Amino acid sequence: MVCVLLFAAAAGAETIKIGFNIPLTGDIPKVGEMAKQSAEMLKEQINAAGGVDVGGKKYMLEFVYVDNETKPESAVNAALKLIEGEKVLAMVGPMGSGRAVPAGEVANNLKTVMVAPWSTNPKTTLDRPYVFRACFLDDFQGPVAAKFATEQLSAKTAAVLFDVAQDYSKGLSEFFKKSFEELHGAGSVVAYETFTTKDVDFSAQLTKIIRTKPDVLFTPQYYNEVPLIVRQARELGFKGPILGSDSWGSAELMGLCGDDCKGQYFVTHYAAAGAKGATKEFIDTFNAKYGQIPDDVGALTWDATNMALAAIKNMGALSGDLSKDRDSLREAMASMRGFEGITGTMSFDGTIGDPAKCAVIVKIDDAGEFTYHETVCP
Amino acid sequence: MLETIIQQGVNALQLGSYYSLIALGYCLVYGVLLLINFAHGDIFMVGAYIAFFCATAFLGHYGLIDAGMPGWIVLALTVPLTMLLTSGVGIFIERVAYRPLRLKGANRLYVVITALMMGIILQYGNLSMLGASRKAFPNLVPRVLFEIGGATVTSLKLASIVTCFLVFGLLQWIVTRTKIGMAMRAVSYDKFAVPLMGIPLDIVIVFTFFLGSSMAGLAGLLYAMNFPVLDPFMGALVGWKAFIAAVVGGIGDIRGAFIGGFLLAFLEVFVAATFSSELRDLISFTILLGILSWKPTGLFGKPRTTKI
Repeated sequence: MVCVLLFAAAAGAETIKIGFNIPLTGDIPKVGEMAKQSAEMLKEQINAAGGVDVGGKKYMLEFVYVDNETKPESAVNAALKLIEGEKVLAMVGPMGSGRAVPAGEVANNLKTVMVAPWSTNPKTTLDRPYVFRACFLDDFQGPVAAKFATEQLSAKTAAVLFDVAQDYSKGLSEFFKKSFEELHGAGSVVAYETFTTKDVDFSAQLTKIIRTKPDVLFTPQYYNEVPLIVRQARELGFKGPILGSDSWGSAELMGLCGDDCKGQYFVTHYAAAGAKGATKEFIDTFNAKYGQIPDDVGALTWDATNMALAAIKNMGALSGDLSKDRDSLREAMASMRGFEGITGTMSFDGTIGDPAKCAVIVKIDDAGEFTYHETVCP
Repeated sequence: MLETIIQQGVNALQLGSYYSLIALGYCLVYGVLLLINFAHGDIFMVGAYIAFFCATAFLGHYGLIDAGMPGWIVLALTVPLTMLLTSGVGIFIERVAYRPLRLKGANRLYVVITALMMGIILQYGNLSMLGASRKAFPNLVPRVLFEIGGATVTSLKLASIVTCFLVFGLLQWIVTRTKIGMAMRAVSYDKFAVPLMGIPLDIVIVFTFFLGSSMAGLAGLLYAMNFPVLDPFMGALVGWKAFIAAVVGGIGDIRGAFIGGFLLAFLEVFVAATFSSELRDLISFTILLGILSWKPTGLFGKPRTTKI
């Protein structure tokens, strides 16, 4: 099922069309919902203020949302639909790397700027001049998690449980294993177990993991799998800490996980609690509008879209020739320096679309809130 | 080492109890109507959602009753209500989707296709009514962990395993020892001669769907309690696997479905434990394929001869 939502702009005014390739159904629908809410809020603010100013001319925003069902093949179709069918100037999304890596190939081949807000796998942007992202990479996140486990959780051995069919989980697990073994020697990752998407019973793998007595269990999975993994690990008698990655940070995690996830840590992009300045303003506006605290997906979508709009402003003028405008938008994106986002400052060096950003480590406290623990910068 | 084997054995017993409960439902309907009810996995999903709404309603989430009822009473009320409502869904599907085709004397192939479509309707009906967000099944009873021979078991896992054995015993008793069971076997033997003997065919068929769907509801409830993240497509994969288990066990024989479910679970768990989980489905289904090519009617199945 592909649902397309068209929002017609004010009649008469010229518009800029941006496409969103997001998971509105499938395994992680909350991610798509958050992204859409965030984008809608941005669009309303900008259109209410008269639109985007490009070289003295005002353009209204038109956002097109296409559901990628959290499936790689649907993400490719959604990208084609947005780029070829809807003729968007730029595409925001997909969110997770499992979808962003294949969709990035399409966007790059069709010479259209894609900004992936939440995709951390290096392959998303690698050798793809048209693909950018608004977050850190897994080759940074993996070492951050390994260092945190070592220093703060005093772990000497670790176990990893991940979905081998997900580019994101597989890549991040490899980076974690590599850097943990650099710190503690070969063989310190005592168990490295896999499962495949849609599995719900992890008891066989967890039994193997628990027999190796790891100090910490690292599991870079999405919010729909984390509750099952954490609960089953506890039921099989694992008492150590369970460490997560940025995929944990959905607003829906605690509703599904409950008490089992309390006291655990994960690496993420931003912490809503204790935010200041523009970040706080974003959180408060979002909360007032939708009645919930935006998670990292919401914040990163906001940044990714805003960054694309800033690049459009920097273009100076829109020619009306789509392929020419897409090319000059790519140049404007690649030369973006010091963009002040709500999740950090982003710059591109002109060769690759990866900003250098800091990671935040968040603790899930006894009230189930994601509380700020520390910031790690590259 | 022994402890690990015992623990994996317990894991497999737990997983097998869901496969078996679902396979029993496939098997009952097939045994009586020779119809593969492909919607059964989705009836199981509906059962899990019904259990979710019953449990949360009894916990006072919708303001229908006051909150504060103890968890075990909620559970005691949820079990029969879930089974009843789910069997209602099963009977409804039989009534609107299968019976019209049966009365028109349609080929069984068309009924099977209808069943597949019914499954898809249930999945997407749920998706459009309740949205794609996951539902978290509430904790009804406190989790008690205890150790048996070095293996850690929860009270809930034990309850699932024991329930599955009880259900198997009950179904075996109904089918082999009661009058309605005899009628079910008679319908299976000759659907055209049975009404001539004064056996009400429709009642026997409705009763079969009642039994099969209430087992799916029970399986859905137990499954939701153990894997408390519900989504509209949760029944599809489990349903297929249970169906394969029923076929390998010998579809149409209750013992076959029961053993087949546990056989599949043991294969899956021990392959994942010995090799890597990427090889799990590959190896375990290759073994099942081997069993079928050795005994095409399944472990307990008997070849049927078609008389002309």
